[in-house]
Amino acid sequence: MNYNWDFASVFDNWWALAVGLQGTLRLFAVCLILGMSLGLLVALGRRAHAKPVRWASTGFVEFFRNTPVLVQILWFYYALPILAPVEISPFMAAILGISLNSAAYSAEIFRGGIQSIEPGQWEAARAIGMSGLQTMRRVVLPQAVRRIIPSLTNRGVEIFKMTTLASVVAYVELLQQGKLVASLNFNPLEVYTVVAALFLIILYPIVRATYGLERRLARSD
Amino acid sequence: MPDPILRLSGLAKSFDTNTVFEDVDLDVAPGDRIAILGASGSGKSTLLRCVNLLEIPDAGRIELNGDVVGNPEKSGRARYPERELRELRKRVGMVFQQFNLFPHMTVAGNVAEGLVTVLGQSSGPARERALAELDRVGLRDKADTYPSRLSGGQKQRVAIARALAMDPEIMLFDEPTSALDPALVGEVLGVIEQLANEGRTMLLVTHEIGFAYHVANRIAFIAEGGIYEIGTPDEVLKNPRREKTQKFLAEHRRFQF
Amino acid sequence: MYEWNFAPVFAESGLLLAGFRNTLILTATALSGGLVVGLLLAFARLSHRRWLRLPADLVIEVFRTTPPLVQLFWFYFGLPIVLSVEMTPFMAAGLTFTIQSGAFFAEIFRAGIVSIEKGQWESAKAIGMGHNQLMRRIILPQAVKRMFPSMMERSIELMKTTTLVATVSYADLLFQANELAQKTFRPLEVYTVVALIYFVSISCVSFFAARLEKRFARTGEFSV
Ligand SMILES: Nc1ncnc2c1ncn2[C@@H]1O[C@H](COP(=O)(O)OP(=O)(O)OP(=O)(O)O)[C@@H](O)[C@H]1O
Ligand SMILES: [Mg+2]
Repeated sequence: MNYNWDFASVFDNWWALAVGLQGTLRLFAVCLILGMSLGLLVALGRRAHAKPVRWASTGFVEFFRNTPVLVQILWFYYALPILAPVEISPFMAAILGISLNSAAYSAEIFRGGIQSIEPGQWEAARAIGMSGLQTMRRVVLPQAVRRIIPSLTNRGVEIFKMTTLASVVAYVELLQQGKLVASLNFNPLEVYTVVAALFLIILYPIVRATYGLERRLARSD
Repeated sequence: MPDPILRLSGLAKSFDTNTVFEDVDLDVAPGDRIAILGASGSGKSTLLRCVNLLEIPDAGRIELNGDVVGNPEKSGRARYPERELRELRKRVGMVFQQFNLFPHMTVAGNVAEGLVTVLGQSSGPARERALAELDRVGLRDKADTYPSRLSGGQKQRVAIARALAMDPEIMLFDEPTSALDPALVGEVLGVIEQLANEGRTMLLVTHEIGFAYHVANRIAFIAEGGIYEIGTPDEVLKNPRREKTQKFLAEHRRFQF
Repeated sequence: MYEWNFAPVFAESGLLLAGFRNTLILTATALSGGLVVGLLLAFARLSHRRWLRLPADLVIEVFRTTPPLVQLFWFYFGLPIVLSVEMTPFMAAGLTFTIQSGAFFAEIFRAGIVSIEKGQWESAKAIGMGHNQLMRRIILPQAVKRMFPSMMERSIELMKTTTLVATVSYADLLFQANELAQKTFRPLEVYTVVALIYFVSISCVSFFAARLEKRFARTGEFSV
């Protein structure tokens, strides 16, 4: 058990990890924005009057929630280019897989939030002459979003963790760069410890903040 | 006077800076029915909960049939090891305002639970005993239903049966009818009255002053961090000597006709 | 227009089946291990003793906030160096996913336990129950019902997460699919079939979980 830890060999390659971190952040930002906005659209789609829209939205949610993200990423990377005449870069494949998957999950969160608003709120807005869309935008969503902020933040944290899956299609992100450093210096133990620590340092404050937020919301409701 | 079943001496309890009571002495003789009255927040529940150590008193002594509970220390504070807590609670029955039946067990299961898990009886005799107790509170026909199917009054009668099944030496009631619809209060008070007539020893926290007058042989009025006035129902309820008792009773009579 | 051809995939369906079996084995291992670890961690976290609580907190938080793939790499490539033991992909994956799902289960257990009303604890104590009896007879049976939906959700997450083991060459369904895609030059068909296998099996599990949940809700006698 007297193993000599050698973190110097990791920090000598800090630039490689920095490049990886940049790739992680880029992928995260894109997937967060796409996933959340698409999620809201799908959630609204599930409440639409037109049946086909409702079915399509429900099918979308069910499909993407009930298949593994990794399979989705690999499908977009290896299978989609055969079907459609498009070049799919690792970045694109990762964006498609992670965003669509996250959209399905956040759609469920939005839906839950919207449903949690009491019918009285709809009736009150209708009573002062608001349209359905106005009610949704001005009365229901603002209240719903407040309630679901902890769940959405959790989803954001999940998205951040999911970005590591892009390493499977060799997209340059933190874990991918870690693999590179480890294979060059034969120090996987130190490298993966550092990579894990980086994720912990970035995500733990956010996780703590949501704990606090959940408690505050639970009290004020 | 016979030896008391329960003797509290110098009992004190505070929560942080909030002193609930400082020096409570009380002797409960066999067959005593003591009603505890007092304003909201005066410490009635806390006193009752100290008796079966759901709250641990800061100081003072609890004796049950001559047995001192816990290990007194020099500071005046006692230590209560887990074993002694359980021993005491086996001998003291408690009925809560909110019933607190176990929702995942049938009515008979609720009553038999303590017999089986705590007293180690086998399930056959435990069920027999449970049915007998349910009979006593008039709910034998509900033995195999779940608590969620019962009315509030029925739930509270099951809770009483659950406590009685343990053969407690003394029963504690904490506002047993306060969570009930007015129409259901009578059936629960009826059961308690019947226990009183059988000579059960009990401490009863209640806001039903009329009931207290009829059933209790002593009334303890709690105020100013202790027992403020104590005596027979006629003394305390008809001719209260001290100011706060008088005000409390006047307040309660305001809307009576 | 691309011509779909599933024949080469079905000709090798044995490969996928073997992979699916391995996926199920890994899921079952991590699930049963995770439930035990989760219950222990939850009790440690609820304990009054600091030396029990702090390590449990640490394990739970670390495994919930770091990516599962990083954990897997750490256990597969890193840990054997410290322990100087050989680590098979199955061992590494089993260990990682047991502890990881244990961390998530622990939070579910804890939330379930603390959600039981104070009155239940008190009335159990009032008839003289000790801590263990009270947990076993009164608190856990009620908590488990409330925890059931989150438990099922977490188990399904676990099954999906096991696909990560393909990256350390454990022959699960996804790994076998990669092999098959290279062998048949039919990645579109292979990945589509595999996606459907996951979709159908996970949907079945969700469906039965929802049915069970409804049954529980009907027989659940919560309002006392
Ligand atoms: N667990 C606790 N923590 C802190 N303070 C408490 C706690 N329990 C009771 N108190 C305080 O102790 C005092 C006495 O409370 P208690 O519940 O005994 O009053 P009570 O006479 O039973 O009132 P009520 O008639 O409303 O039931 C109150 O000021 C209350 O706020
Ligand atoms: Mg009270």
